[in-house]
Amino acid sequence: MNYFKSTQTKKLVTLPAWRSRLLFILLLAGMGILILRAAYLQSINNNFLQQKGNARSSHVMAISAHRGMIADRHGEPLAISTPVESIGVNPQDVEVTPQQLNQLARIMSMDIKEVKRRLLDTTHDFVHLQRQLPPAQVEQIVKLGVPGLLLQREYRRYYPGGEVTAHLIGFTSVDDNGQEGLELALQSQLGGKAGSQRVIQDRKGHIAEDIANIRLPKPGNNIALSVDSKIQYLAYREIKSAVEQHNAQSGSIVVLDAQSGEVLALANWPSYNPNNRTKPSLQVLRNHAVTDLFEPGSTLKPFTVATALEVGKYTPDSVINIENGVFRIGKHAIHDTHPKKTLLTVSEVIQLSSNVGAAKIALSLSPEMVWRGLNDSGFGAQAGSGFPGEAAGKLHDHTKWKPVDQAAISYGHNISVSLLQLARAYTVFANNGELKPVSWLKLDKPASGKRVYSDATAHKMLAMLERVVSPEGTAPLAQVNGYRVAGKTGTAHKVIGGHYSPNRYISSFVGMAPASSPRLIVAVMLDAPAKGQYYGGIVAAPVFSSVMGAALRQLNVPNDKPLGNILMPPTEIVREEV
Amino acid sequence: MARVHILLVLAVIGCALYVVMSQHKARNLLAELQQETDRAQQMEVEWGQLQLEQSTWAMPARVDKIAVNKLQMRAPKGQQTRLIYSKGSHESSVRP
Repeated sequence: MNYFKSTQTKKLVTLPAWRSRLLFILLLAGMGILILRAAYLQSINNNFLQQKGNARSSHVMAISAHRGMIADRHGEPLAISTPVESIGVNPQDVEVTPQQLNQLARIMSMDIKEVKRRLLDTTHDFVHLQRQLPPAQVEQIVKLGVPGLLLQREYRRYYPGGEVTAHLIGFTSVDDNGQEGLELALQSQLGGKAGSQRVIQDRKGHIAEDIANIRLPKPGNNIALSVDSKIQYLAYREIKSAVEQHNAQSGSIVVLDAQSGEVLALANWPSYNPNNRTKPSLQVLRNHAVTDLFEPGSTLKPFTVATALEVGKYTPDSVINIENGVFRIGKHAIHDTHPKKTLLTVSEVIQLSSNVGAAKIALSLSPEMVWRGLNDSGFGAQAGSGFPGEAAGKLHDHTKWKPVDQAAISYGHNISVSLLQLARAYTVFANNGELKPVSWLKLDKPASGKRVYSDATAHKMLAMLERVVSPEGTAPLAQVNGYRVAGKTGTAHKVIGGHYSPNRYISSFVGMAPASSPRLIVAVMLDAPAKGQYYGGIVAAPVFSSVMGAALRQLNVPNDKPLGNILMPPTEIVREEV
Repeated sequence: MARVHILLVLAVIGCALYVVMSQHKARNLLAELQQETDRAQQMEVEWGQLQLEQSTWAMPARVDKIAVNKLQMRAPKGQQTRLIYSKGSHESSVRP
């Protein structure tokens, strides 16, 4: 103002004109820079800045999806995933008093030095303190209010059945993916797919706005198995006690629904607890019933005989000369070590398990016929159950058979099968000649089978197999009070390193009941029983009897024989041919 | 003309306030939804744990042990069992 006044009133002090112009230009340039900068930020560098801005407030949140439950056929859970929290820390953020440190170590039952080491490990941004803690412990830890502790939700699989269902169900890894057994076989259906969602969070971490679902979470499907947990337990209990009683190396048992081919139980001993993170040796992990092959021995004889009946060469009453127990094929001899008589009917060949009889029947057929009978019954090929590591078995091609091979196969040597395969093959006799596929899942209606033998042959075989389980047969111990039972014993020298071991055996029994209309097939196998007894009829048949009896009662199957005393042979049990 | 303008300005202000209010409501509702989903999840977790607990208590191995050791129960022998047919089931059952 004064200046103005003075310029107006007093004599003008002329300033150089360039000064005002310079000022004007400078101001203009300054403004131009600001405009350019604004344009740069708004349009050219826009993306980067927008991202940075979003990163402050919007986050992608994972939505966890849990793994499906495995239940038995009645809905009893056999494997459940429950959420657990893993505790981690960002060591840079952590502030902890010695007292809190003490409590932390106590709650997690960890060594205090270890906790301290992990908490103060500043070389990492994130350190796991303890994985998969149960909720109760997590709550205690949260109450301590230690800053810098982070919770991560994870799922942990629990198996209420523990050892009982271990081999059947298998287990998952820490990340909840199937690793063994049905957990692995059904992984694609059981596994959940975690989803994610973009949200805006406020300063306190609350969700303020849900922007978009990037991916919807897909929880795994619940699966109902064909297994009946009560029968499973029975099977497990009996095989366990038999293995311990006979000091066997291992034992396996399979229970099939004879009409539908569903697996009702499958157990092995030794077993392990899948709930423990530390796993036992591979030998214990193996599901012997499905993945291990063995030479079945006499349990295979019915298939040779059925083939012979089918082509009409024999009837159950045809007579065969067993040559006093020694039958020569070229240089080889086949023995019946305790022949009772010289002439046996075909029924008696099965009942007394005569090797010579079976060999003679097999040799009277063409190799192709014998091979076809076995192949059609599912030997030499996977049972198609889809179980991880399922063994296919070995059945050599009939064009390579020499007569002695053909004879040996007829009584279950030179061929290897898995117990599951063997049990499944017996569906042929239980189902009027139809072979049923094996199923681990509960079926609404029985799967359709494949015809192997005619109705008539299957019924004749059933009648013959019933004679095995009589006081005059090799397996009177397999009898079940109140039910007619049909079955076959098997005892074979164990193959160790390609040679038959002279004093180690595999004892087995496969049978079905009630014989008037079979409902269940039970196959039992004990590997190397070492307490003197090794005959299938003595070692394996009692296991069959107790499991079958209890399971039939469990299923309320009506009796087809009067309840009463079980007849036992007056002297000793007929020993079968090995 | 000026009156129309004033009306429009007022309408705009009104709408703007309403937007703010709706946004606020939406956030509140979202928070509520979040709480409910958390609760649902919590319940699901609990359900799984209860199922697990139930099946652990009802495991055949445990029932077996208690029945035999504590309650002195045992399965009846063949001679102690009678089979009773309910009406109508006799025909359907298998003949001995």
